[in-house]
Amino acid sequence: MVRATLAALMAHWWRHPLQLVSLAVGLALATALWSGVQAINGQARDSYDRAAQLLGQNRFARIEAADGQRFGQARYIALRRAGWQVSPVLEGTWRDGDRRLRILGVDPVTAPPGAVPQTVTGGAGLRPFITPPGLAFAAPETAAALEPATGLPELRATAGLLPGVLVMDIGIAQNLLSAPGAVSRLIVAPEQPMGRPPLAEIAPDLVQRAPQARADISRLTDSFHLNLTAFGLLSFAVGLFIVHSAVGLAFEQRRTMFRTLRAIGVPLAVLTALLAVEMLMLALFAGLAGVALGYGIAAALLPDVAATLRGLYGAAVPGTLNLSPGWWLGGLAVALVGATAASAQSLWRVWRMPLLAPAQPRAWARASARSMVAQTGIAAGLALAAVALAMWGQSLVAGFALLGAMLLAAALALPGVLSALLGMAERAARGPLALWFWADTRQQLPGLSLALMALLLALAANVGVGTMVASFRLTFTGWLDQRLASELYVTAENEAQAARLREWLAPRSNAVLPIWSIEGSLAGAPGAVFGVADHATYRDNWPMLRMQPGGWDRVARGEAALINEQLMRQAGLVPGDMLRLPGGHTLPVAGVYSDYGNPRGEAMIGVDLLTTLYPQVPRLRHAIRADPAQAVALARSLVEEFGLPPDNVTDQARIKALSLGIFEQTFTVTAALNVLTMGVAGFAMLMSLLTLSTMRLPQLAPVWALGLTRARLARLELVRAVMLAALTMLLALPVGLLLAWALLAVVNVAAFGWRLPMHLFPADWARLTALALLAGGTAAAWPAWRLARTAPADLLKVFAHER
Amino acid sequence: MLLEVRDITKGYDSGGEHVQVFAGVSLSVNAGEAVALTGESGSGKSTLLHLCAGLERPDAGQVALDGQTLGDMGDGARARLRRARIGLVFQQFNLIPSLPVAANLRFQAQLAGRENVTWTDTLAARLGLVPLLGRYPEQLSGGQQQRVAIGRALAGRPGLILADEPTGNLDEATGDAVMDLLLGLVGETGAGLLMVTHSARLAARLDRRLHLSGGGLC
Repeated sequence: MVRATLAALMAHWWRHPLQLVSLAVGLALATALWSGVQAINGQARDSYDRAAQLLGQNRFARIEAADGQRFGQARYIALRRAGWQVSPVLEGTWRDGDRRLRILGVDPVTAPPGAVPQTVTGGAGLRPFITPPGLAFAAPETAAALEPATGLPELRATAGLLPGVLVMDIGIAQNLLSAPGAVSRLIVAPEQPMGRPPLAEIAPDLVQRAPQARADISRLTDSFHLNLTAFGLLSFAVGLFIVHSAVGLAFEQRRTMFRTLRAIGVPLAVLTALLAVEMLMLALFAGLAGVALGYGIAAALLPDVAATLRGLYGAAVPGTLNLSPGWWLGGLAVALVGATAASAQSLWRVWRMPLLAPAQPRAWARASARSMVAQTGIAAGLALAAVALAMWGQSLVAGFALLGAMLLAAALALPGVLSALLGMAERAARGPLALWFWADTRQQLPGLSLALMALLLALAANVGVGTMVASFRLTFTGWLDQRLASELYVTAENEAQAARLREWLAPRSNAVLPIWSIEGSLAGAPGAVFGVADHATYRDNWPMLRMQPGGWDRVARGEAALINEQLMRQAGLVPGDMLRLPGGHTLPVAGVYSDYGNPRGEAMIGVDLLTTLYPQVPRLRHAIRADPAQAVALARSLVEEFGLPPDNVTDQARIKALSLGIFEQTFTVTAALNVLTMGVAGFAMLMSLLTLSTMRLPQLAPVWALGLTRARLARLELVRAVMLAALTMLLALPVGLLLAWALLAVVNVAAFGWRLPMHLFPADWARLTALALLAGGTAAAWPAWRLARTAPADLLKVFAHER
Repeated sequence: MLLEVRDITKGYDSGGEHVQVFAGVSLSVNAGEAVALTGESGSGKSTLLHLCAGLERPDAGQVALDGQTLGDMGDGARARLRRARIGLVFQQFNLIPSLPVAANLRFQAQLAGRENVTWTDTLAARLGLVPLLGRYPEQLSGGQQQRVAIGRALAGRPGLILADEPTGNLDEATGDAVMDLLLGLVGETGAGLLMVTHSARLAARLDRRLHLSGGGLC
């Protein structure tokens, strides 16, 4: 009985291959987009963990200076002599033209097991590693890219290291970074001898920090990955709309079969169980395809994601995928859960269907129409929740909950709103054809509503994200003009050269402004403190959001600090509050400046105070004010005079181009996911219209028989789809703008720490409307063409009751 | 002559084989005349009716309505003729599910630009549909739906009514009542009626009976 029943159920799919394709593709796309995003996130997180492990951040306690700066290795020697089992690490950045390399100097002799990669401590042997010119280990892609570089020790490619990181002996690193005798931190071995003197006694300026559960970079990039996850979830939801629609129609079309099967003795439990098994089998196959497709999507997007993470956060993520079996199984599980969620309602209806229930062809549509009221009620509830979240929600989670509630409310409300609009049009209609057109469109809504909801979500996401990105671009470009006021930016290769540079430039330029900074903890999170010269460049151009009177004077005198918007929001600081700098020095906040695209909190203090508080601050970078007409010549002279690599001297335009490049790349992935979501929504609409077109004949045949040509009916079908897409776009627009507002005013603030002004771009809306109409028209074109070509004999079967 | 069918032939392909439904069939219906078309299942009665309505084209032969040959007309012209001159009643009622009874009733007449509100009201009253005008087809019984279908067919005062087993889905008493209304109203409007039926009893109530059998009329 089971085999025969299952065969009968599955036979439906052979007769309706389009439905099978719709269901499988919907599920595969949903799984693909979700698991693709998960793959990207997983790969990135794995890299952060490797980075943390490599740097000994997450497994070992460490000792560092209270201000987070480097300290002399005499402290290390004193601690070792006192019995402390510690190992020194020097970390720094080495520039190779545009390329920044992270140098990690370690001492393989004293490092506790596991603190330094195995390849470094074994294999090649210690002698070549620690003896000048030394050995440096790098990831194969980094080693390959650096082959011709000079000034580095011999490179050895080693799998397992992060791209962009060079591991070498600490002595070699000290020379390379021009930091003789300097140490960034000490790794504390887990086993320590009893009775050793306390740290405060030997090195009172150092503090011990517990092992970190999460790497710093992981904290910084959380919001980026949350954004990706949110998009993955949106795409998954849109894909599930397709599956739900296809499953609903397949179940509806088989109502007669269900009734017959039950009438001839198949128990309800067996029937329902077999339907569930059928769904799970389909989900398994579609899920496999989806996971494979997800791998493809992730592989295609990962290089852009890696570039974004590198450009925005300085996080190294390899551009190639390396996925675990857990990811594959997770993807399949998501497909199964999705299929179950999408078919639960239909299975429940079968379970509740009385044995002698008439197999009404419109039962599904009517039931859907009945549920429209409940659906609208839920939408109203969600809208209220969204309002509450908008008013009182502060966190990133609240921000995403707001987005979710808003989008879901809009999607659920769509059928009700469309029905009301179509009802109004029906009442206003003059002429039988118009009346029929509106009434028939309204009747079709239940069958089309899921596809239209998917389209609404995709359009709203497009408007919202598009507005956010375009607002960002507009603001960011203006901000760059303010922020990059200097004509040239030059980076010296070492401190001595920097000093000579300053001397040489003094008579040849209007001003040489230091860009010196130290990294350290601000308000408990990674941050940086910059020194600012007292110069009109800053007073006239710096993009201040808030400023106390006389703020610049107080900063110049070392009596106050300026903070960026991120730090203001992270630490809840306002002008007048006290800011604690790395090392413990405190200053009142005099003003807040905008700092778009920077995930970190930053502070600016007078450059004299910076050098006093942090005497070891690298003094390599400078901004040069000069006659713009002479800037190019000056840059050339600098290169010639000091033998600087051309990449160390950059002009304003080039930095702007670089910054905008990073900005554009940041949103490449978002744009790609946006396009994919639109594609999924368009596919949902096509599939719904195609499936419905086979069920539409009983409604269209009488109208044809009464005197309308098939061609005219087909044209009306086309107009109907385009009109529904237009109405959906009309409703998606305010939803999208609300979404943009939530992204800019709530999510961005919580995620990145800055708020952007919102700009409106009607030309983009017009383009998107045209795209929506095109999607509706394209989706309806094939079904309409099929209708126009339907043989009269097929239409006549409606009257002969042969269907 | 209202309807004239001359020597028409119709067949179809099934499983790679050509099946001849009928050949060389001729018939005519005059204005005010009610003609029954009977025959066994599968004899081609409905197909013949569809050819008369211009819903299908014959393989050979001519169908003419009011002297206009349907075979010479394109899709659009035949659609225009159908909505203006022919009233169709089907066994399955085939009302438009998205429209209420009132809109269904006047739909075809409005399409043809021939609506007469007084006549539609009269029809609604005569067919007992006044209390049902606001309802949708799915809320009506079979007999009620067929009364709406008859009203729709007659609302535009067509010259020819083509009915395909209009009482085939109804019980005998309801079917008789529907037939009474159909014949009475057709008589009043002076239209011609060609009705397919299985029932010899119903056929006997019409002016003339044609029997389709073995691919031809007898």
